[in-house]
Amino acid sequence: MSDALIRLSGISVGFRGQSVLQDVQLSVKPGEIVTLIGPNGAGKTTLVRTVLGLLKPDSGSVWRKPKLRIGYMPQKLHVDATLPLSVLRFLRLVPGVDRASAQAALAEVGANQVIDSPLQSISGGELQRVLLARALLREPQLLVLDEPVQGVDVSGQAELYRLITQLRDRHGCGVLMVSHDLHLVMSTTDQVVCLNRHVCCSGHPEQVSGDPAFVELFGQDAKSLAIYHHRHDHEHDLHGAVVNEASAGLSIQGPVQPHVHGDGCKHG
Amino acid sequence: MADFLLNALLAGLALAIVAGPLGSFVVWRRMAYFGDTLSHAALLGVALGLMLDVSPTLAVTVGCVLLAVLLVTLQTRQPLASDTLLGILAHSTLSLGLVVLSFMQDVRIDLMGYLFGDLLAVGPADLAWIVGGSALVLVVLAVLWRPLLAITVHEELARVEGLPVAAIRLSLMLLIAVVIAVAMKIVGVLLITSLLIIPAAAAQRHARTPEQMALGASLLGMVAVCGGLSLSWFQDTPAGPSIVVSAASLFLLSFAWPRRTA
Repeated sequence: MSDALIRLSGISVGFRGQSVLQDVQLSVKPGEIVTLIGPNGAGKTTLVRTVLGLLKPDSGSVWRKPKLRIGYMPQKLHVDATLPLSVLRFLRLVPGVDRASAQAALAEVGANQVIDSPLQSISGGELQRVLLARALLREPQLLVLDEPVQGVDVSGQAELYRLITQLRDRHGCGVLMVSHDLHLVMSTTDQVVCLNRHVCCSGHPEQVSGDPAFVELFGQDAKSLAIYHHRHDHEHDLHGAVVNEASAGLSIQGPVQPHVHGDGCKHG
Repeated sequence: MADFLLNALLAGLALAIVAGPLGSFVVWRRMAYFGDTLSHAALLGVALGLMLDVSPTLAVTVGCVLLAVLLVTLQTRQPLASDTLLGILAHSTLSLGLVVLSFMQDVRIDLMGYLFGDLLAVGPADLAWIVGGSALVLVVLAVLWRPLLAITVHEELARVEGLPVAAIRLSLMLLIAVVIAVAMKIVGVLLITSLLIIPAAAAQRHARTPEQMALGASLLGMVAVCGGLSLSWFQDTPAGPSIVVSAASLFLLSFAWPRRTA
């Protein structure tokens, strides 16, 4: 664990008395892709904001590798329509970026045709790529992507996920990303963390080897689409209490905390 | 040219130059109402300055700065929306200023001058303050230009990239406060915001970069000052409102000009 880029343990966060995260463990190593999944309101974005240092947890510890460079791709970008900003100028808001390096970063994410377009005029998919390029320009050791495929059509999503894998391979950076889609998690994700206010379980996703429907629909893209099967390490009885928590089917980081489920827990 | 006219022209031009880039940020960050609130509060600053016998200009600057800080504190501590909060502060400080002034029977002040400006009464000391204040704001804006743009585009992204967002945001508010204190003499507390946002809005349609918009706003503001002063000189109209009217005309004209296609 000492080679981790970031390590969170026992993180609890609450807003106005309502608990959003409870005793969450998370760590990302260099070259590792960790995907956070979970339903709406599961606290994925809250956890990401904690990782980024935008939010101070009520309890628990956040350890970052000293001088860790984080490239962050926000969920959405809204720039006021009155601000005349080209994609190039947007990228050059990162200190030390010139036209050549901006062009190179855009080429890497496959969006070099929009370099001189106004930021507000490019499509949702292009904007996601531009945001990714901006994150890359920081030469990050850790890429944090909050729903990177939002607003992108399904085949574009697969392509974007493949691109993220390529970037990881090329730059050797750790990747932490959020997806709320249980069914679309890229096959190359090293670790999936299933979050629902607490870490339900975490582990490797199963790969879809060749579901004919997927292959037909997406061609080669099907390889990076996977249906995520996972087995919870604990069962819940009718009252929501945890039973059988000893039989861990997946690797759990940190101590397994049996938790009592109440009305606030939306999973089975 | 008469001395008082030259003073008025120089003061107006200095303000127009700094109002260009600062006004652009007010437009981009949707802070027009914030500027309005600070300028309404400026009258309270004047009243308190007279009461405590300190220079009204100093009192207004300090008052605006304190209000800006109060506003930021309130925004984070209670659930009312920003525009509600601004509306409460704008009108209650303006009214409080008028009430405080009415208690000071022995002080004869030109209320209309504070409300709508008294540009033709700008003396050499006023001019020095206006030019100095504008130059200071311009220098700070130039230094903070890139960070200010970065937080305008995405505050959290800027914070992750290591910028001290809260400090930069506060600096922008302080700059606006200084400019309001500067501009009060020129267009008066009720019209200050117009000088910030109208030239910027007029320049927006034809700008391709943030710098073009800021520079264009400065130039249009300078034209508006010259036009307004001419109107005031030849037709004997009030100087401050004349400047605002000529700025508004430029804004309308910007629609007549065909927009460049990309």
